[in-house]
Amino acid sequence: MLEIFTMPFMQRAIVVAICISVITPLIGNTIVLKRLSAIGDALSHSGLAGVAIGLCFGFNPIMTAVVFSIISALIIEYIRSRFSNYSEMATAVVLSFGVGIAAVFSGFIKNAASFGSFLFGSIVAISQTELITVVILAIFVLAILLFLYRELLYTAFDEESAQLSGVPVRSVNLIFTILTAIVVSIAARTVGALVISSLMVIPVACAMLVSKSYKQNMIFSVVFALLFTISGLGVTAFYDLKPGGTIVLIGIAVLILLIFVRKKE
Amino acid sequence: MSILSVKDLSFDYPDKSILHRLTFSIDKGDFLCIAGTNGTGKSTLLKLILNILRPLEGSISLLGKSSVNFSEYDKIAYVSQKATSFNRDFPATVEEIVSLGLYKKNSFFKRESKKEREQKIDEVLKKVGLTEYKKKKVGLLSGGQQQRVFIAKALISQPEIIFLDEPTVGIDVSAVDSICCLLGDLNKAGLTIVMVTHDISSVLYHSTKILILNEAGGGKLMDSEKFNSKPIFAHFSHGGHNA
Ligand SMILES: Nc1ncnc2c1ncn2[C@@H]1O[C@H](COP(=O)(O)OP(=O)(O)OP(=O)(O)O)[C@@H](O)[C@H]1O
Ligand SMILES: [Mg+2]
Repeated sequence: MLEIFTMPFMQRAIVVAICISVITPLIGNTIVLKRLSAIGDALSHSGLAGVAIGLCFGFNPIMTAVVFSIISALIIEYIRSRFSNYSEMATAVVLSFGVGIAAVFSGFIKNAASFGSFLFGSIVAISQTELITVVILAIFVLAILLFLYRELLYTAFDEESAQLSGVPVRSVNLIFTILTAIVVSIAARTVGALVISSLMVIPVACAMLVSKSYKQNMIFSVVFALLFTISGLGVTAFYDLKPGGTIVLIGIAVLILLIFVRKKE
Repeated sequence: MSILSVKDLSFDYPDKSILHRLTFSIDKGDFLCIAGTNGTGKSTLLKLILNILRPLEGSISLLGKSSVNFSEYDKIAYVSQKATSFNRDFPATVEEIVSLGLYKKNSFFKRESKKEREQKIDEVLKKVGLTEYKKKKVGLLSGGQQQRVFIAKALISQPEIIFLDEPTVGIDVSAVDSICCLLGDLNKAGLTIVMVTHDISSVLYHSTKILILNEAGGGKLMDSEKFNSKPIFAHFSHGGHNA
C-alpha cells in the first residue's frame, strides 16, 4: 500500500511539497504581521494571468507566472507609495486586472485541464523540469529571507523607526514583494492559485497560537505547513481528492482545534 | 554648542499649514518637553527633526549637521507612539524587540557576536527594570512595561539624544511616574532627551526646558523653572506670538 510513495511522480510531489511548505509560511509571517494578507491574493490572481498567457503561447507557465506576479508586485508597490493610506486599493486593482487577463486568455488555451490545474493545484502532475524550477526558486527565496531576517522583523514591527535605524525600508519592501510574487507563482502549481493565500496565512495563524517568540513563530509555521501539505498529500494519494483543497481544509481544521484548546487553558 | 537647533522652520500638509517660522535650540544634556494642544504639530515637528518629513522652509541642525544630510543614525534614537498601538498578538519577545535597537546600517557582515549582544541586552533591561521579562512576549506586558521595552530598544545603541513621542499615553499614573523618573535618571547620566507629551505636569520636575507649540504654528521655549512659577493655562493662552 505504501509503494505509492516509491513512484517517481509521488516523490517529486513530496519534494515540491517540502519546498513550498518551507518558503510559503516564511513569507506569510511577514505578510500577516504587516497586515498585507490581501497581497497574496492579488499576486496569485495576476500569476494566473501569467499562466494563461504562458499556456497560450507555449512558454513555461511557472516562469510566465513569476514574471507576471513580479510586474503586479511592482505596480502594487507603486500604488501603495502614492496612496499610503489606501494600500488595499492597490491590491484590489491588481487582482481584478489579473483575473481579467486570465479570463480572456484562458479562452484560447487548447488544453483547458492544464489551466484548471493551476486554479486548484496538481502537485502530483509535476514534471522533472518543473521540479527543478521549483527547487531552485525555493532555495533562492529561502536564502534571501534568512539574509533579511532582521530587516523584515524590524519593518514588520515599526517601519518608521526601522528607517531611522538605517534599514533601507523601501528596498526591503520591494525585495519582499518580489519574493512574494515568486513564491505565489510556484505555489500556484501545487496548491492552486485560489488557495495559495490560505497556505500563507493559516500556518502562521496556528503558529501564533503556540509560539513564544518571533523565531519560534517562523519555525512553527513551517512545521505546521509541512504537516498540512504532507498529510494532505497522503490523503489524496489514497482517496481521489484535489490536493490543494485538502491541504487547506486540514489546515483550517487544525487551526480551529488550536483555538479551542487555547480557549480552554 | 547646541545639540539641536531649529531655525525659521515652516511646514504644511497639502490641506493644512502646521508650523510657521518656528525657532528654538537646546544644548547637550537638556531634557526638552514639547507640549501643545491636539493638532498643533508636535509629532510633525519630531518627524521633521528626524528627517522623516522634509521642511518647507527653514533649517534644522542635529548634532551639528543639517538634518537633510544627517547620517549618524546610531547617535540618535526614536521611540514612536507604539505602546498604545502595539499589536498584542505580535509574536516577538522583549529580547527580540530590544535587540532591533542594535541594527546598524550596512551591518550585514559585521554584526556583533551573540555573546556581546546578550550582554548589551541584559545591561539595558536591567537599566529599565525588565530583567525578568527578557523572554516574555511583548504583547503580554502592560502598557507601561511595553513603553519600557521601547525605551530599552532605543537605549541599547547608546545614543547621544533620544526622541520620544507621547510615551505616557494610556498608562496608569504610577507607571507614568516611574517612566518619567527613569527618563530623569537617564538625563542626569548625560543623555539628551526630547519628549512630546500632553501631560507636562508629570514630567515637569525632570525636564530642563519646555517648548509650547501654539495654533499659529509658532512656539515658545522656556526653562522648566520659569514654567513652574505660572499656572499652566497661562502658558497656553498667552503663547500666541512666536518666541
Ligand atoms: N500625513 C498627514 N497629512 C495631512 N495632514 C496631517 C498628516 N499628519 C498629520 N496631519 C494633520 O496635521 C496636524 C498636526 O498633526 P500632528 O500629528 O503633528 O499633531 P500633534 O500635535 O502631534 O497632535 P496630537 O496631540 O493629537 O498627537 C493635525 O491636524 C493632523 O490632522
Ligand atoms: Mg502626536
